[in-house]
Amino acid sequence: MSALPLTPGRHAAPPPAGRSPWRLAGARLRHDRAALLGLAIVALFVLMALAAPLLTALNGHGPNEFHPEKIDDALAGAPRGSFGGIDAHFWLGAEPGTGRDVFSRMVYGARISLLISLLATAVATTAGTALGLTAGFAGGRTDLLISRVMDLVLSFPQLIFMIALVSVLPEANRTLELVLVMGFFGWPYIGRIVRGQTLSLRNREFVDAARATGMTRRRIVFHEVLPNLMAPVLVYATLTIPVNIGTEAALSFLGIGVRPPTASWGQMMSKAIGWYQVDPAYFVVPGVCLLLTVLAFTLLGDAFRDALDPRGGNR
Amino acid sequence: MTALLELDGLTRTFRTRRGTVRAVDGVDLTVRAGETLGLVGESGCGKSTTGRMLVRLLDATSGRIAFGGRDITRLPPRRMRPLRGQLQIIFQDPFSSLNPRRTIGSIIAEPLRVQGVRDPGPRVREMLERVGLGAEHADRYPHEFSGGQAQRAGIARALVTRPRLVVADEPVSALDVSIQAQIVNLLAELQRDLDLAYVFIAHDLAVVRNVCARVAVMYLGRIVEIGDRDTVYGAPAHPYTKALLSAVPLPDPVAERERERIVLRGDPPSPAEPPAGCAFHPRCFKAQDRCRVERPVLAEVAGRQAACHFPEVH
Ligand SMILES: Nc1ncnc2c1ncn2[C@@H]1O[C@H](COP(=O)(O)OP(=O)(O)OP(=O)(O)O)[C@@H](O)[C@H]1O
Ligand code: SF4
Ligand SMILES: [Mg+2]
Repeated sequence: MSALPLTPGRHAAPPPAGRSPWRLAGARLRHDRAALLGLAIVALFVLMALAAPLLTALNGHGPNEFHPEKIDDALAGAPRGSFGGIDAHFWLGAEPGTGRDVFSRMVYGARISLLISLLATAVATTAGTALGLTAGFAGGRTDLLISRVMDLVLSFPQLIFMIALVSVLPEANRTLELVLVMGFFGWPYIGRIVRGQTLSLRNREFVDAARATGMTRRRIVFHEVLPNLMAPVLVYATLTIPVNIGTEAALSFLGIGVRPPTASWGQMMSKAIGWYQVDPAYFVVPGVCLLLTVLAFTLLGDAFRDALDPRGGNR
Repeated sequence: MTALLELDGLTRTFRTRRGTVRAVDGVDLTVRAGETLGLVGESGCGKSTTGRMLVRLLDATSGRIAFGGRDITRLPPRRMRPLRGQLQIIFQDPFSSLNPRRTIGSIIAEPLRVQGVRDPGPRVREMLERVGLGAEHADRYPHEFSGGQAQRAGIARALVTRPRLVVADEPVSALDVSIQAQIVNLLAELQRDLDLAYVFIAHDLAVVRNVCARVAVMYLGRIVEIGDRDTVYGAPAHPYTKALLSAVPLPDPVAERERERIVLRGDPPSPAEPPAGCAFHPRCFKAQDRCRVERPVLAEVAGRQAACHFPEVH
């Protein structure tokens, strides 16, 4: 019986046995230059954030040390020297008004930026996946309720509401507050996508086949549906990170982000606004950091989208 | 021999925006152990709905399903679970029916796991061999398979628990014509080896001719003719069966040229608004006034049952 001729697959050269969809995507990513560039930039910033204490030990200035000798009171506090006071010790110059080391503040700013945006993304992704999956799989009234809540949250003018919300919250742990507020406004984006994907997965015959074998609902959700959602979730989570980086910077820029003296890029930019005529270099550093991280995560997210086949391996 | 499966007035309605659809409307059937019943009809006549109710993927609106003498119509999932291993289904689209993120081996092991088999490995490998895939395919993912191979895996999953009844819902319709016969032969061979019964769903009579002992023809949610294969194929009693059969090419070119051909006009009406009287009357070449008002019931006609006021044979 086993001698029946097998028809060849659709591909001229079938891939070697046991290549999971994840490994196929990995192989595709390794040949994607934009993805590699994005990944390199992300890795650079992550390393920088992790190694912040080491890096500031190298130049000898903590992010919050004042250096009055670096600024010129005759020039209303602009840094001494050219390009914002760049020299052998102040690699990216000094902050106007205080003389704090711009490099040190940039490095510590990366910590805040990445920490808040990654945690907020994790909150939004977890909540969005759980609620979207529940809505799509349960259907009926549960779906109706969750979908209406998603519509409601999405219909808020978000920045205004975030500003209002953060302003009225007691100042206990600003980082945590920012994470929760950004996560709260972010989950419906992932939730909607997960719900839509779940609805289409639920009608795929492999879910029927699982039911016909007598698998429990719980096992169907975790073993049949959820693994098929991981690719789209990864893509949209990656694309949510740059949005959150931007939001954190905007809130800090508006003065309701993390509290000084904690360094953040948005805060640096808002300070630089007042100095751009005398010291344009000060604006460039946080601006470039913001631009690069947002660009890198977006490149990476787009590359994931291409490599992971958002149809979930459907043909 | 006692019936393995008995359907009694099985009905399923769906509420849609255009009103209530009677997808399956009072189907009575029996399937005996080890036999194959062909279930044939045009698209939308309710074949899949019937098949899905049989395996309890879909609840019946009314009617009764008895499996092995036991009423399973409303059995709760927990009590249905032990029976799942005896009552299985093969789907039309082999790729859609395999989870792209699981290996073939784990997909085929799942029904055994549900039935409490501790070490499914050996039985999975044995089943892979039986369906002609080879045990080495266990670690592969569905996307690495051709359509025919994927359908073999779907068959292995359905049969690994040694079911007594398998609903095969158009198991070859999505495959290349060149592999259809291979899969049909495989199903027939497995039936002989494993002593199982099939409800074999198809949309034309040609596919099931060689595999089924009995055939049921459905139209708009009802069975219009049911009987032994040779009786029905030899001399169809219902005009609809006759029309379906005349669309099947005959192997003999002379017979093919000379036979009477009945072309079905138009599409079947929507099950949301079934015609009064005989549901087939708007398309029937024999329709009379009586057909437009009085609905024919299944009755004994020349050795089989047919639902027609003016059957082709007496
Ligand atoms: N979930 C549903 N909701 C509403 N209507 C449905 C649903 N499932 C089936 N139907 C309707 O019931 C009727 C029978 O459908 P079914 O899928 O059983 O037909 P079928 O004979 O299997 O057709 P096909 O050959 O296309 O597979 C069709 O009119 C279909 O539109
Ligand atoms: S009852 Fe009348 S309309 Fe219906 S199939 Fe028979 S002859 Fe045709
Ligand atoms: Mg169907």
